[in-house]
Amino acid sequence: MMVSESGDLQADRSEPGRQAAPIAAERQSVMPRGGEAVAPSEALRVDGVSKSFGLVQALYRVSLSVDHGEVVALVGDNGAGKSTLIKVISGVIVPDEGQLYVNGERVVVRSPNDAAQCGIRTIHQDLALADNLDVVENLYLGRELFRGVGPLRRLDFAAMRQRTAAALLELGIGTISNIRTPMAQLSGGQRQTVAVARATLENCPILLFDEPTASLGLKEARHVIELVQRLRAQGTAILIITHNMRQVFEVADRIVVLHLGKVGAVLRPSSTTPEVVVRAIMGKAP
Amino acid sequence: MSEPVSPAAHPLDEIPPRDHARPTDRLVSFAKRWLSAALSQGTAMPAIASLVIIAVFFQSQSQYFLSPGNLSNLAVQATLVAIIALGEIFVLLLGDIDLSLGSMAGASAALLGVMITNGHMPWLLAIFIMLAFGALLGSFQGWWIAWLGIPAFVVTLAGNMGFLGLQLYILGPNGTLGIFDPNIAALSGTELPVSVGWILAAIVGVAVVASTLVRYARGGVAVRSLSRPVVVGVLIVVAVAVFNASRGVPTPFLILIALLVVAWWVTMNTSPGRHLFAVGGNAEAARRAGVQVKRIRMAAFAVSGTLGAAGGLIAASYNGSAGTLTGGGTLLLEAIGAAVIGGTSLFGGRGSVWAALVGALIMSGVENGLDLMNSDQPVKYMVQGVIVLLAVSLDTILRRRQSRGRQLGAAIA
Ligand SMILES: Nc1ncnc2c1ncn2[C@@H]1O[C@H](COP(=O)(O)OP(=O)(O)OP(=O)(O)O)[C@@H](O)[C@H]1O
Ligand SMILES: [Mg+2]
Repeated sequence: MMVSESGDLQADRSEPGRQAAPIAAERQSVMPRGGEAVAPSEALRVDGVSKSFGLVQALYRVSLSVDHGEVVALVGDNGAGKSTLIKVISGVIVPDEGQLYVNGERVVVRSPNDAAQCGIRTIHQDLALADNLDVVENLYLGRELFRGVGPLRRLDFAAMRQRTAAALLELGIGTISNIRTPMAQLSGGQRQTVAVARATLENCPILLFDEPTASLGLKEARHVIELVQRLRAQGTAILIITHNMRQVFEVADRIVVLHLGKVGAVLRPSSTTPEVVVRAIMGKAP
Repeated sequence: MSEPVSPAAHPLDEIPPRDHARPTDRLVSFAKRWLSAALSQGTAMPAIASLVIIAVFFQSQSQYFLSPGNLSNLAVQATLVAIIALGEIFVLLLGDIDLSLGSMAGASAALLGVMITNGHMPWLLAIFIMLAFGALLGSFQGWWIAWLGIPAFVVTLAGNMGFLGLQLYILGPNGTLGIFDPNIAALSGTELPVSVGWILAAIVGVAVVASTLVRYARGGVAVRSLSRPVVVGVLIVVAVAVFNASRGVPTPFLILIALLVVAWWVTMNTSPGRHLFAVGGNAEAARRAGVQVKRIRMAAFAVSGTLGAAGGLIAASYNGSAGTLTGGGTLLLEAIGAAVIGGTSLFGGRGSVWAALVGALIMSGVENGLDLMNSDQPVKYMVQGVIVLLAVSLDTILRRRQSRGRQLGAAIA
């Protein structure tokens, strides 16, 4: 596989099959319960989480759960508390009350590192990327690859470049031609694809997606939705926020509606209609 | 997985040979593309260009400016500013600032004087304690900044005053302590023998060439990026030749280069080093990615404190004493100016440790050149002021261009 030091990807397009291999291998190693086993067991449970910012009660006793191999869509109006819930689960903010359970066990998540250790990865709504760093460094920020030993232990940029190229290719991202480009010079959609690649770099058992397709073009959004379906097939538990009803009904196994910080309804796409969901979002009884 | 990239993969390298194009045309077009690439990346290019302008201008005013003797003096003059500027760069990369480094240098020099002159301590031990003292004071400030979230500007401003008090207290009523230890004096007052200088240059040159060849053999290196080691090699040879035409490579300059190389390694090849840039670019993103932002910040202030103390060591060695004025005057401001002129952003996340060297050479070069022209102090200050203003304006404009580029991109998407 070919990634030059300058980061150009032009030469790469020809052989997609070969690049996918290392990622798949990585997936195997991180997945705790093997790729195929999709036992309907609970991966993540949020229990009675409340969070207020001053006078604003952003979340009030919110409970929900996501199984392995299940996609749960979290929907609600602007300001309903969706992102706040994601931030609580990913350790970005500490809730006022409530518990988290991962694989049925109580976990205490007080920092992003805690969440990462529980196997939780997140795409934040604001993407959380460093504009001054390039695509490779953003992808590997906080989990860099090294080579050498002792005082000569140093970052392995060559390996990170190669895997970045492979990851972007696997996501079907062709719009970023150079992975050494600083984030500041990428478009909104390109930035979002980098955030997606970042969250799915290793196969983490629990993924939180806060509007991952909000600024994507049709083709790129398609790729992300396919990625979500692929990950679900591998047993990943996915909590996804989106305002796009078509996407909700396309990928979700369950729909959790947040209204003014509370769970308004839990619905199944198979037994409901977009109209019902929209009414629930607006806080009206079905 | 590791087939080498064919050298022609890079657009710059695949210019087809055109028979009818005259060599000068090609040279001009290459220079144009190179210049625009350099400018768009916001590198140290403007600084290096100003260095050339300064050299040409002062040489036209005084035949002596580019003489080996004066350039050696200039290198020694620049060393103190450069070491402080290097400390400053570590916190500037975070988007913070350290206003205490002048007093930090002064207080640690005073401590050195007490240990050497009053305490008759072995010189190496004294130097070690002095640097640890700087690290400790730096960490102390870093703790307030990182854990309590007090702005660095305020904490280090308070530190600046507090450490000045400490400096005066340590010096006691006499106000000045002579430091006559020959080893400490040698740190700033000696040169490498000419032959050693050449041997060192040869070793470094071989190392640069070897590491480049290794990278090339591993693959993934465009021919274009081979030009940098060549430039570095030529610079080293020229510098050693100039110094040797005078009295040899000055020891303090060698210390500076060693510090720069270590700092460069740390900032480019280790994760804490890269995290400096990440935190400076987007601290919240770094935190969410699991970077220990508080520890990084505190460590950066520990490093800047240590380098402040190292500056105090060089100053004490140069003056043969530690006094109330050591580390005072415009030293701190010159160092901050040097860091910024060299291309380090005051807004964090952008810059290079080499900015310390280039910036200090510009600041000291102007001072030195104006001295040769018999200019007065008022003129020197005003010229330096203008240069700093221009440098910061350039930084701001480049930054604005970058962020405007992104907003445009986001709007289109
Ligand atoms: N850091 C904060 N400080 C104060 N208030 C906050 C903060 N973060 C969120 N809020 C408030 O909490 C409420 C929920 O915000 P949240 O970001 O979770 O909404 P959301 O459901 O993600 O909306 P959107 O669809 O617009 O992304 C809002 O009223 C918001 O004003
Ligand atoms: Mg939101």
